[in-house]
Amino acid sequence: MKMDLTAYLAWEPFHSKKLMKKLGIFSGLLTVLFLTSCKDSDDSVQYVATPAPLEIPAIFEGQILPPVIPEDNPQTVEGIALGKKLFFDTRLSADNTLACASCHMQQEGFSDSRQFSVGITGEQGFRNSMPLQNLAFNYGEKFNWDGSANSLEDQMFEPVVNPIEMANTWPAVETMLQDSNEYPVLFEEAFGTQTIDSTLVTKAMAQFVRTLVSANSRFDQAQLGLIELTPQEQNGLNVFLDESRGDCFHCHGLPANPLWTDNAFHNNGLDSEFDDLGLGNVTGDPREFGLFRSPSLRNLKFTAPYMHDGRFATLDEVIDHYSEGLVFSETIDPLMKAISEGGVQLTDEDKADLKAFLLSLSDDSFINNPDFRE
Amino acid sequence: MKKIVLLVFAATVLFACSNDDNTQAVAEADPVTVDFTFTQNWDGAEITNADYQNTTYINANNTHLELSKLVYLISDVTFTAQDGTVYDAGDYNLIDARNGTNINFTPGIEILEGDYNVSFTFGFDDEDNDKAGGYPDLNSSDGSWSVPMPLGGGYHYMRMEGTFMNEIAQTETFQYHTIRANKHTTLPPGPGTLEFTQDTSFVVDLGTITVGNTTSIEVQMNVAEWFKNPNTWDLDINNSVMMPNFELQLDMNENGSNSVFSLGTVSQ
Repeated sequence: MKMDLTAYLAWEPFHSKKLMKKLGIFSGLLTVLFLTSCKDSDDSVQYVATPAPLEIPAIFEGQILPPVIPEDNPQTVEGIALGKKLFFDTRLSADNTLACASCHMQQEGFSDSRQFSVGITGEQGFRNSMPLQNLAFNYGEKFNWDGSANSLEDQMFEPVVNPIEMANTWPAVETMLQDSNEYPVLFEEAFGTQTIDSTLVTKAMAQFVRTLVSANSRFDQAQLGLIELTPQEQNGLNVFLDESRGDCFHCHGLPANPLWTDNAFHNNGLDSEFDDLGLGNVTGDPREFGLFRSPSLRNLKFTAPYMHDGRFATLDEVIDHYSEGLVFSETIDPLMKAISEGGVQLTDEDKADLKAFLLSLSDDSFINNPDFRE
Repeated sequence: MKKIVLLVFAATVLFACSNDDNTQAVAEADPVTVDFTFTQNWDGAEITNADYQNTTYINANNTHLELSKLVYLISDVTFTAQDGTVYDAGDYNLIDARNGTNINFTPGIEILEGDYNVSFTFGFDDEDNDKAGGYPDLNSSDGSWSVPMPLGGGYHYMRMEGTFMNEIAQTETFQYHTIRANKHTTLPPGPGTLEFTQDTSFVVDLGTITVGNTTSIEVQMNVAEWFKNPNTWDLDINNSVMMPNFELQLDMNENGSNSVFSLGTVSQ
C-alpha cells in the first residue's frame, strides 16, 4: 500500500518546535534513504573539476547537432589544460623527441606539410597526417583515414605505441608521467587522482583536441552577414553545389552543414588497384577496399598536401583529379561521375572559381589562436 | 515518535524510486503506440546488406545494376479513425536500408486501439520541407541531407546510388536522387535561375489496419518499381544530375507513388 508522504509531513505534530531537532535527524535519514534505495545511485563522492563546456560557434548553433562529449569524459578547465600540455610533450615518445604536435602543427591546420610524417626512427609513415579540427562534431565517431578508432579517446592510444611514430609503450609513458614533478598534481586537479594511467592520459588529450574548433572562415563570416563573398567565391560555390560540375556537396556538405565533411568513407577514384585498403583493412569487407574518410574542406589553405597519402601537393591537382583524373575500380563511389572520361571536365574558369570558394573556408584565426599554442 | 519514524521510512522507500510504483495496470482503453518496420525487396526478393555491391539486378529496361546506397526519408505517419479523426505525430524517420539504421520506427503518438486508415508521406511535404530553422539532425546526417538552396532548398527524399552496365558494357555510376521538383530558367542552376518548385513528396496509403495493444506494421519498398511503372527507366540516359531536372523528378514521383510501397506483415 502506498502512503502519501506530503500528508504525513503536513501532519500537526511535525509543526511543533520541539520536534525540529529530530526532524533534522529525519532529514539526514531521508537523504541516506534516497541515496540508498535506488539501485542506480552511486555511493562514492566523485571529484569534479571545473566544467568547461565547448562553446558552440554561431555558425553551428541550431544548424547541426551538438558535439559528442562522452559522459565519462566531460570537458573541464583542468582536463583541457592537462591535455594541451600532453599534446605538446615530446616525452610521450620513446626518445623524447616527438610530440603529437610534431605531426599536427597549428600553423598547418594541425596537420603536417610533409607528405608523410617521420617517426622517431626516421622512418616515414604511409598516410598524410589528418588535420585536427571540429572533431567533437564527428557524430559517427570513426576516426583516422581508415576509421580504425571508435572514439577520440581511442584514437589517442595508437600513435604513442606505433613503431613508426612515437614508438613508446604505455607503461613507460605512465611511469615517466608518474615520476615527474608536475604531472601527478595536474592529474589530480583534472581527474581527482594522482595515479596516472593511459586512460586518463588519452582522456585529457581528447578534451584538448575537442577544443580545436574552427568556425571563423571568410565563408562563415559571409554566412553570418558580416562580409560578402567575392563574385569568384560565389561562382565557386555554385560549381561546388552543381551536380553537373563539382557535385562536391554530397560528400563534403553545404552551407547547411558547416562541417564541410560527411565524415564517411568513399573511394574517390584515385587508383585502379589499392596499395592501401583503407577502411577495408579495418573491416575486412572487400566492398570497403580503398575507402577513406572524407576530410573536412576547412583550412585547405594550410593543410597541403592532400588525400590520404598526400599525393597531391596543391589544390589545383585535387580539382584536376575530380575533373579529369578519375579512374575506375570495383569499389568506386557512385558519386564519381563520367569515370570513363576521367570526370566531368570542368572549365578553367570553373576550376579557378571552385578553388577560390574552397579557400574561403580557411580560418586564419584558427591557426593563430593562442589557446591552441604550447 | 517511533511510529512516525517508521512511517517516514516506509514512505521514503516507496517514493524514492521513480520507476517502481507509478505503473498502473493498462486498461483496454489505454492508448498505444504502433511500431513500423521498413523492408526492401527487388520484385519480392529481400534486399539485405550482403546484396549491396554484390547482387546484380535487372531492371525493367533490361539494364544490369548493383545497388550501393539506399537512404530515404518518410514523415507524417497518420492514423485516421473510422469517425474521421486524424492522428499524426508529425515526426519523421531517415532510413538507411543498407546499414539497417532506423528500419524500426515508432511514431511519437499514442492512439486508442481500433481500426485506422494508416498512411505516411514519402519525403517531406512543402510544409515540413520549408520548416523555419530546418532540422539539425538531418543537416548533420549523411554529409547533409539538405538540398542546396539554388535547387529550392529543403531536404532529399531519397538517395539511391549504385553502378550499372551501360550500352557498351562499361560500368557506370548512377545517382537516383529524389527531391522536390525544381524548375529553372536555365541550367546549370545558380542564383536567380529557379522559377518555381513543385512538391513531389507523396502519400503512401497502407489501407485499414486494426491497431491492437502491440501492433507492428511492415512497410515494403519494391526497389524495382522505381525503374518500372509507369516510366520505364533508361539508366543509359538518366543516370546522373537528376536533382535539378524538373521532368525527371516528376517521373520519379510517378514511379514512386504508383507501386513502390506496399503493406507487408501486420503482427499483433
